[in-house]
Amino acid sequence: MSMIITPADYLLFGFFPTVIFSFLLPVIGVGLFTYIIARRIAPLVRANPDYRFDNIPERIKNLIVVWFGQIRQPRYMRAGVLHIIIFAGFLILSIRSTSLVIIGLDDGFIFPGLDGTLGTVYNVMKDYAATAVLAACIIAAYRRGIIRPARYAVPEKYGHDHTAEAVFVLGLIATLMISESMFEASAVAYNYQALGDAHFPAVFSLAWFFSKMLGFASFATLQGLHIIMYYVHDVTFFFFLCFLPLGKHFHVITSIFNVFFMRVKKGNIKPVKYGVSDEQLDDLESFGVKRLEDFTWKHMLDFYSCADCGRCSDQCPANTAGRPLSPRFISIKARDLIFKNYPIKSGVIYTSDKLLVEDIYTEDEIWSCTTCGACEQECPLGIEYIDKMVDLRRGMVDEGMVPQSLQKPLKALEKRGNPYGKMEKKRADWAKEKTFAQTHTVKDLGKDTADTLYFVDSITSYDDNMQDIARRTAIILEKAGMDFGVLGKGEKDSGNEVLRFGEEMLYQELKAQNTEAILESGVKRIVTADPHALNALKNDYTGLPPVKHISEIVAEKIKSGALTMTPCKNRDNVYVYHDPCYLGRHNTIYESPRQALDAIAGLTRVELEKSRDRSFCCGGGGLMLFYEPEEETRMGVIRVNMAADAGANVIVTACPFCLVNIQDAIKVAGKEGEMEALDFTQLIEDHLA
Amino acid sequence: MTRIFAYVPFKNGVTDDVALEYPDAAKKIDAGASLTAVVTGHGADLDNVADALTKTYSEVIKIDNEALAYPNAEIVRKALTHVIPADAIVLVPHDTFGMDLAPGLSIKLDSAYAADVVDFEGMDGATLKLIRQELGGAVSTHVTCDAASGAVITIRPGTFAPADEEGASGTVVDKSGEAGDLSAKRTFLEVVEAEVGDVDITKSDVLVSIGRGIEDEDNIEMAQDLADAMGGVVACSRPIVDAKWLEKSRQVGTSGQTVKPKIYMAMGISGSFQHMGGIKGNPFIVAVNKNPKAPIFQVADVGIVEDILDFMPELQEAIEDL
Amino acid sequence: MEILVCVKRVPDTAENEFELNAEGNDLDRDDLVYSVNEWDNYAVEEAIRIVDNLGGSITVVTVGDDEAEEVLRREMAMGANNGVLLSDDAFEGSDGRGIATLLKAEVETGNYDLILTGAQADEGAGQVGGMLAAMLDYPYASLVNKIEPGEGKIKVGREIEGGNQEMNEIELPCVLSIQTGINEPRYVGIRGIRKVAGVEIPVKGAGDLGVDAGSVGEAGAKTKRVDYFVPDPGDGAEMLDGDTDEIIEKLIEKLKAKGGL
Repeated sequence: MSMIITPADYLLFGFFPTVIFSFLLPVIGVGLFTYIIARRIAPLVRANPDYRFDNIPERIKNLIVVWFGQIRQPRYMRAGVLHIIIFAGFLILSIRSTSLVIIGLDDGFIFPGLDGTLGTVYNVMKDYAATAVLAACIIAAYRRGIIRPARYAVPEKYGHDHTAEAVFVLGLIATLMISESMFEASAVAYNYQALGDAHFPAVFSLAWFFSKMLGFASFATLQGLHIIMYYVHDVTFFFFLCFLPLGKHFHVITSIFNVFFMRVKKGNIKPVKYGVSDEQLDDLESFGVKRLEDFTWKHMLDFYSCADCGRCSDQCPANTAGRPLSPRFISIKARDLIFKNYPIKSGVIYTSDKLLVEDIYTEDEIWSCTTCGACEQECPLGIEYIDKMVDLRRGMVDEGMVPQSLQKPLKALEKRGNPYGKMEKKRADWAKEKTFAQTHTVKDLGKDTADTLYFVDSITSYDDNMQDIARRTAIILEKAGMDFGVLGKGEKDSGNEVLRFGEEMLYQELKAQNTEAILESGVKRIVTADPHALNALKNDYTGLPPVKHISEIVAEKIKSGALTMTPCKNRDNVYVYHDPCYLGRHNTIYESPRQALDAIAGLTRVELEKSRDRSFCCGGGGLMLFYEPEEETRMGVIRVNMAADAGANVIVTACPFCLVNIQDAIKVAGKEGEMEALDFTQLIEDHLA
Repeated sequence: MTRIFAYVPFKNGVTDDVALEYPDAAKKIDAGASLTAVVTGHGADLDNVADALTKTYSEVIKIDNEALAYPNAEIVRKALTHVIPADAIVLVPHDTFGMDLAPGLSIKLDSAYAADVVDFEGMDGATLKLIRQELGGAVSTHVTCDAASGAVITIRPGTFAPADEEGASGTVVDKSGEAGDLSAKRTFLEVVEAEVGDVDITKSDVLVSIGRGIEDEDNIEMAQDLADAMGGVVACSRPIVDAKWLEKSRQVGTSGQTVKPKIYMAMGISGSFQHMGGIKGNPFIVAVNKNPKAPIFQVADVGIVEDILDFMPELQEAIEDL
Repeated sequence: MEILVCVKRVPDTAENEFELNAEGNDLDRDDLVYSVNEWDNYAVEEAIRIVDNLGGSITVVTVGDDEAEEVLRREMAMGANNGVLLSDDAFEGSDGRGIATLLKAEVETGNYDLILTGAQADEGAGQVGGMLAAMLDYPYASLVNKIEPGEGKIKVGREIEGGNQEMNEIELPCVLSIQTGINEPRYVGIRGIRKVAGVEIPVKGAGDLGVDAGSVGEAGAKTKRVDYFVPDPGDGAEMLDGDTDEIIEKLIEKLKAKGGL
């Protein structure tokens, strides 16, 4: 009795060598795959440039941590663990699958390096990997098909459900696992029966079970099964390969590239067009994204890469509040459009004269984004949204498509440097408030000099209810012994939201005016209590002295002993700190405010379930205060209810916009009297020794 | 002697309120001036209105023509140019009809023109001294108007003291025959009525506007009752819309409607400038708020520190008892 | 359709706090910001929409000094094809009639089917459109909030009291004054204005227009502004005290005086 005949040597019906299939399947499969990929690359070639070859060490780190390490997956524990199993299994089995293809041509093939002990170890690993992947697939299919977590549902307005595709692909993976194991098990069973050869697969692995099950099968059955399972695997493998680029499972191929090229800086906004300097902007024919090809190639790669996992939309405050925005469908609708515009088969190519915001998106959808960044923080694949929103808005602004509610503040910003249309000379009037002015003076750096600039920004300068933040900040700086001043009428709006609402040229003006005023003042550092100003000055402007948020200063000064805190004045209160998006996610300042709060002895502080990089946006700042979104619930109300659930009755934030939104929301939620909102500076100043 | 001709619009046989305000305006222009009412129209309504006006005016000119059945300003203008003497002062209300009629009339009469006048300071020879407002009511101006060859003046309705209706027993002069050719290149088609139930707060002279002080959706009824008593409509600030207690079309503010009422009852509204930015035309603002430090008291004309939930029903009752 | 839109540069009421100068006879203009009259934006937007549908071109015209050019550029950035600036020392101090006289002269140099103005501007008079129409013997409609172009004539809706709309048929050429709310004007940013920064805007004086300098400007004005003043705004609200009945009594008296009851 001889060993089982391998696919490389088998003669079908006794005369037809199956090795011909072993040769043809890879040739056809790889050929088809190459063609499909070439078609998929076509739009990327026509897309706008994107500079993604900088910061290589950081990119390699992302590759290791985010792609290989799957660091973001366990943020959703169940789905995350299943994904890690399938991902790890794929990595391990990719070697086995490649080997299998070659074994069909040359049965003696062993993957280079896997001939010794390593090979033995690998074989055990891959047997367990296949088993684990199959188990994960079954659980995943059960989740998708039967449990159906709400996150995966597709609202009617966004198109068809993707469950069928998901389950189908899980079926393909399962088929690969089973056929591979069967292929091996049939050989083991055959050879054991024939020769007593006892190279059994790893105990309790799928192949082991199969080999035990097939222990009493006839030689003919085992031989047939061996050949059939080989080609089932081969066909499925190449079918799967070519199927991937046709839908949401393209990420299996693109993820490694997408993560490598993902955003490495935080808080900043992409230039209008890479390679075009601010000075050359006037020469551009068109601004922003109006048509598909106006996206950058990386943004198109994002669309290909979206796995439809729904985590972005699950975290998106706009989506939660019932605004007409779900970030996941920003990607999916664009991908569907790419597939229509660049079909694999030749055929009717979809063309439209309409702008993207008239065709696949709506204006409200694009204005609904608060640029909080929760979606990007969550995406396991490093897909970006904020830059796309800004690019789409740039396109709308260029076409004059700006809601009337935003036109007024934009015009005021152009004329007066603040969205309220208040007079420039009144910008520092907050310092004239009687009781404050009696004991404090704030230097005007237009006339005076100081080491430190306190950049106040518009809302804190002009909003009656927010001016208190400016006064408290000034007192804190004073007590910390800092030599500081303000720009007064020389200060313009930082333009953080002007930039993010797509009014690039207005932002450029504001930036130029502020930059000039700041550099002229000769200060060595900048402090602000407004995270939006912090973000703009730190991440969007260039060439300025270092910028810090007041919470960083307070934490530092407490540590150095320059500031001391008195014990908590309201022991009955339960405080909770709300992370402002532009302080936390965009600038990773999570600990300083907490350290400062915890330096107040006897202060009871709880944490929100959604905190730090999962903080839930209050409703947005800057121009977002003027925009009137359609929504079911205000974001702020949702946030206030979260704080109430956490058992807090005082919400402390560190951003004037958060304060406005949360104060309003407390009233709308009917919690006036039960809850209050405070700014960080108010609480700290109240407790300064 | 100054001769003043006051054009009196009417609708469904009822004269515009301005008919009673002209005598005060005329007196302020020149106490010794003669005042003649002019009405145009067709049929019984016109006759009735002209007769009624004789109780206020010593002379009433009426022009009856089928073409004048609907007050098409282009046709009314033609009719007036034939009956009004060249050196007369013509008064017209500054409303949607007056704005349509008066500027062109001043050209056809070759007269001076002054619009939306809120007060007169008499004549200095042939020069009429008057007061009007600019920049949405933010500033007032003294204006001189050379009335030597006549003047057409539109006056702001509601600013002059209404006269006693029974002051005169005048005569009606029918000048229908002098109207001349009344063809026009603009033809009136129809009036499309505002949708029933669709309240347009921008069109109401009295707004009872509610803010957070209303506390509960059910309490809106109190505001509605008060508005009904005052002949106004209910408006609101943003939180009320956010709470979905009233539609967006009721919201006053920079992000809502811009309103130009005469009376603005700010009920439990704190008075953010975003809200105040939606109030134009310098209305009389009454603020009721239980917080004596509410910023609304800085901008209101009259302030009352009370809980609106107690105050509104009492005020409504008092008004209904009038 | 050839459309002329008459626009004006005015102090922006939304973005200014008006104060008088030291002499008290004029506004303190140092800190004022100017922009195009709000109503005029609606007129230009409407013109753009008509031309988008029917073809033709749009000219914007204004009477003013050099600085008035900025509003022409803004409207051209919006989509108007040409701009004309009527500027001459002799035009200063023109009253509404004087402005209308100048615009009439400009209209007669072209071949316009439709002339649009804003329903009113900073002075709140709403006079120029009606005067211009009367001078040209064109039909006129004010406060227009709807335009449906037809053959040789158009249907226009006028905003009248009570939120009602008066529909008229009007022959071309005609003059219409446009009310806000007829459309939603598009946004014009700095970028748009820069794009048209190089476009030549002809400046026409009294000689170019063939108007008698004595019939316009201060010399021709029958209506003249003597000064500005701010009626005493008082220190916030007059607070009504006493028990609720007393307060209500006082309030009702005041409401009656203001015509509110």
